[in-house]
This record gives sequence, C-alpha cells and structure tokens, in this order.
Amino acid sequence: MELIQLIIGGIATGCIYGLVALGFVLIYKATEGVNFAQGDMMMLGAFVALGLVNSDYGALAFVPGVILAAVIMGGVGYGVDRFVVRQIFGQPHFALVILTIAMGFVFRFVAGAIWGFTPLVLETPFAGKVFNVGGLIIGYEDLTAIIVTALLTLSLWAFFQFTKLGLAAQASSQNQMAAYIVGVPVHRVNSMIWALSGAVSTIAGVLYASKGAIDPNIGLLGIKAFAAAVIGGFGSLPGALLGGILIGVVEPVAARYLPVGFSQMSPYIIMLVVLVTRPNGLFAQIYAKKV
Amino acid sequence: MKVIFKTSYDNDIDLHEDWWARGKIILLVAVMAILPFFAGEYYLAEITNTLIWSLAGMGLMLLVGHTGQASLGHAAFLAIGAYTDAALMNIGVPWVIAFPLAGIAAGVFGAIVAIPAVRMSGIYLAIATLALFVIVEEMIIVAEPITGGVGGIFAPSITILGVDFDRYASLNNFYWLCLAVVVGVTWMYANLMRSPTGRSFLAVRDSEVSARALGINITRTRSLAFGLSCAMTGLAGALMGHYITFFNYELFSVFISINLLLVVTIGGLGFIQGAFFGAILITAVPQVISILRDALNANLGIDLSMPGLDTLIFSIILVTFIIYEPTGLYGRWLKIRAWFQLFPLARRDMFRRQKTYLKTERMK
Repeated sequence: MELIQLIIGGIATGCIYGLVALGFVLIYKATEGVNFAQGDMMMLGAFVALGLVNSDYGALAFVPGVILAAVIMGGVGYGVDRFVVRQIFGQPHFALVILTIAMGFVFRFVAGAIWGFTPLVLETPFAGKVFNVGGLIIGYEDLTAIIVTALLTLSLWAFFQFTKLGLAAQASSQNQMAAYIVGVPVHRVNSMIWALSGAVSTIAGVLYASKGAIDPNIGLLGIKAFAAAVIGGFGSLPGALLGGILIGVVEPVAARYLPVGFSQMSPYIIMLVVLVTRPNGLFAQIYAKKV
Repeated sequence: MKVIFKTSYDNDIDLHEDWWARGKIILLVAVMAILPFFAGEYYLAEITNTLIWSLAGMGLMLLVGHTGQASLGHAAFLAIGAYTDAALMNIGVPWVIAFPLAGIAAGVFGAIVAIPAVRMSGIYLAIATLALFVIVEEMIIVAEPITGGVGGIFAPSITILGVDFDRYASLNNFYWLCLAVVVGVTWMYANLMRSPTGRSFLAVRDSEVSARALGINITRTRSLAFGLSCAMTGLAGALMGHYITFFNYELFSVFISINLLLVVTIGGLGFIQGAFFGAILITAVPQVISILRDALNANLGIDLSMPGLDTLIFSIILVTFIIYEPTGLYGRWLKIRAWFQLFPLARRDMFRRQKTYLKTERMK
C-alpha cells in the first residue's frame, strides 16, 4: 500500500518533469538546439502565474490567470527567439547551449528582482483537497497534473504529426536551407515553437507550484528534466513523458528503500545507464543514413 | 607585415614563428616572475587565483576548443583533483608526489568516463557530463572518511625540501609555484598541439568523417583528449584546494563549471591564449564590480547590493560575446592586430561571417 502511494505521488511529480522535458523536446524537434534555460522558463512561468493569481498581486481567477500567464510566457518565448536566439541562427549548437545557460541566469535575476528570493506559495483552488480511494490518498493537484500532462502530450504529438506548422517545424530542423527552398519561413516557425515551449513550461510551472512553495532557484529542476528527455531519447514526445515518469517514480522509492544519497543520484544514474547501453535514448530518433 | 621563409620542416612546426615572438613570451614570463617584488599582497593573491583559473581553463580549452566536445561538468574534475591532493597530503604523502597523482587521478577518471561518453555526440555528452558532476558531488558527501563530507577538508601547506610554500605565510613562494606549474603545463600543451596527437584532436574537431577517413581512431582520440583535459583541470583543482586551504563540496558548484565554460568562450575558443584572457576577465570582473559598487555607495549613495547582480553581468557579457564576437577576446585581438599590420589596406568585410545553415545531426 505504501509503495502504491509512493508510486502515485511519483507519477504526478514525474508528469511535471515530463512537461518540462516536453519543452526541451519541442525546441529540439524544431531547431535541433537544446534550450538550457527551460527550467528557468518554467520558474518564470510559475512566478508570472503567481503574480496574476495571488490575492496580494493580480487577484485574477485561477483558470483565466493561468491562461493569461501562458500567453505572456508564450510572448516571452517568442521574444527570446526573435531578439536573442535568431542572432546566432546557423551557428553550431554549442553556441546555443552557452547562450541559453546565460539567459537562464538572466531569468533568475529578473524573477528574484520582482518577487524576491523568499519562497512563495501559489494560491490554487485544489490546495488541500484529496480523493480517498480505498485507503489510497490522491491529492487533487496530483490528479490535475496527470490529466493535464496526458492531454498536453497527446495534443502536442498530434500537432507535430498532423498540422502544417508541426511538419514545417520538423522540416526546418532537418535541413534549414532545404526548408527555406520549399517555402518554410524557418525564422518564424522557430519563434512560434519557442512561444509554444514557453506556454508549455508555464503550465509545468503552475503544476509544480501547486505542490509546494516556489523560489527563483527551482529552475535547477531543469537538470532533472534533461535526464528525463535524454532517457526518452531527445526528440520523442511520449519518450520525454515516460522518462519523466520513470524518474519521478524512482526518486521517492529510492529515498524510501535505499541508503542516503541514492535518491538524489538516481535520475542521473538511470540516465547514464541508458546512455551507455542505448546512446540515443530509449526511443531513438537517430537513423542511419540510407545510401 | 613580416614574411617568414620557412627553410626546413623544423622551422615550419616551431612553436614561435621567429625570435621576436619568442622574446615576447620570455619577457612575459620574466615580468610575471619578478611580480612579487612590486605587487601588494592582495593583488598577488588575485593574480595567483587568475593563474589557477587559467590552468583549469586550459584543461577545458583542450576539450572544447581543440577537440570540439562540450563539457558542463568540469567542476567535478576540479573537485577530484583537489580532494585527491588534500586527502593524500593529510595521510603524509609529500606534495611533490600528491600533486601529480591528483592530476593522474582526475585524468584516469575522466578517461574511464570518456570511453562510453565519447560515443555520444554534442548535446548528449554535455548532459552526461552534467549528470556526472551531480553524481561526483553526491559521492563527495557520501565518502565522508576521505573527503570530510559536508564538514569539509583542510589542505595542508606545501613544503618542498624544507622550503615553505604556504598560501598565507609565504605567498610569494606559493605564487612562484603556481607560475611554474602553469608555465610548465602551457609549454607541454603548446607542444602537444604541434604533435600528431594534437593535430588529430583538431582533425576530429573539424570533421569527424574526414578524420576517420585519414585513419584516426575517433574513440581513442576523444578519450585521450578527455583524459588529458581532466588531468589539467585536476592539477588546477589541487592548486585551488591549497589556495582556498579549507573547502567542502560547495566550492565546486555547477556555477564553477559554467564559469569555466565562460573562460574558454569569452577568452577565445581554440587558442591557448584564450584561456588566459578568459581567466583574467573572470577573476577581475567581480573585483571591479565590487570596487564600483563600493564607490557608488560611498559617493552617490546608490545601493547596488542586489543578490545575483554579478551573475547577471557575467551572463550579459557572455550573451554579447556569443552574438557579436564568437571568437572571443583573443579573436578580437587578432582582428585588431591584423588591422594594424595591414594598415591602411584592412577592410570592414574582411572578417564578415559567412551565412551558414544547419543540417540535422540525427542522420549519421
């Protein structure tokens, strides 16, 4: 029973890791670059939502507040790509890695300057409410996290598979020049994907904030989300979600049954094992060139 | 502009193109050697710190700048160097033995890690090294009998043949020691880069496919580069341990890894000199910021003691360099020098970047 309880809590946490990982994967699928500021975008999204929803700031209703926050963060994502990332268009990916690490620090500073470094709590309608299913206690926020993540993953997968913009994004990641030649506005597609990634990370941030207090340093969660994305095989949306859930479940179980220290290391150990045995992740997106 | 006729192969692969270039290096080392007689204690300590950072920066430069592999976890190897050195000296091993062993330990650990890691490309390697860093950090806390755990460890003062090299009691000696190590490693690094091994690093960086076609064993070359890079960083870590004297795992945070990346990218990727330029910048900027902040506070009453302001300024410098000067400070210096050498024939478009497009790396 205790194990099942741990696993359910782990799945809910894992869904949040998975959502942040989805943000990475979105950008990776569209530009093949990795956004190391994703965790900080999640943090900023959570703070923007907090600023709109909490009674001592914006005091909006919860759902419109979160939607507005997602729209604002979408704008931030678009702006970051339009004014910063586009400047290094066509440069090697390493440049983007360093650029986004630096941007993460800027985000952290902005959040710290506006909201301070003391932990704050987001006021949510589902705080403290629980389901009791045959002795198992499931929080409303856990259930919301699981349902929202499932819906988002499904719709993003459909977006990449069936919509024109999704296909254009994949084309521009495979060969920028060829995508231009067939008429894909690569710059604009990239910016839109960054906007989408900003909105997704806001939702992840809100779900994270509903489980506890937030401060500007929660962006370091991004490192765990990386592990999730890598385990799934960067570039696979369901893979990222599964990787996130795997990490989310293993962490509390390791904390309960293994010696001290293993819990913090477990996500990275899993990731290294996956990388050593299957260098491209569980759901590999790398194909051998056919001649 | 001077034209040099190369009359022999030795002449072609010489470290310096002529005696003028060699003389400048000798002059620089000589000035650095007599510095303790002029500089005050505070500045001498800062310069020692800069030397240690440039040693660590050279370690990462070999990996990032010359072999084209990214590492976000080099603080782990600094930590391994520092802890190996301090732990060995605490059980009575003399520094002369403990110091090389610290480098070897970091290097061997790096090479072992590299063997699976080098199969991964670009982004995967960067993330794997980041994960490795977290694991090493946790292991330091767990291995308390050796590392002192959360409490920390004391790096004893260095004595060689009865001469004291303590960081506080005899800073001049410690400075000369660091200088000697840095000069020695730089000399070896420069020589490595003109050997077949060094050339194969460059080949792997520029084109993996062509390097393989020329018969270079990619896995071996990359592991070797990784190991050498970690060894250099480990040596820097050992010196850093002596410089700080009492440290725990918090000294080697993820920010140190990022600062190291900053050193190599701002300094100029692919140039040994870049590591030095970057190290000067990274150690000088916080001092300059704090001096400016105190001056503003005292004279104008503006209080700028916001947390995270230093990192913000670093981040903005980094973004500016990545966007406008990807070749870093040394690259900018080369351009300025070329402008003067070619005067008045230099043209604005001479250094214009070519428009490039990326292709997928998912097809191999």
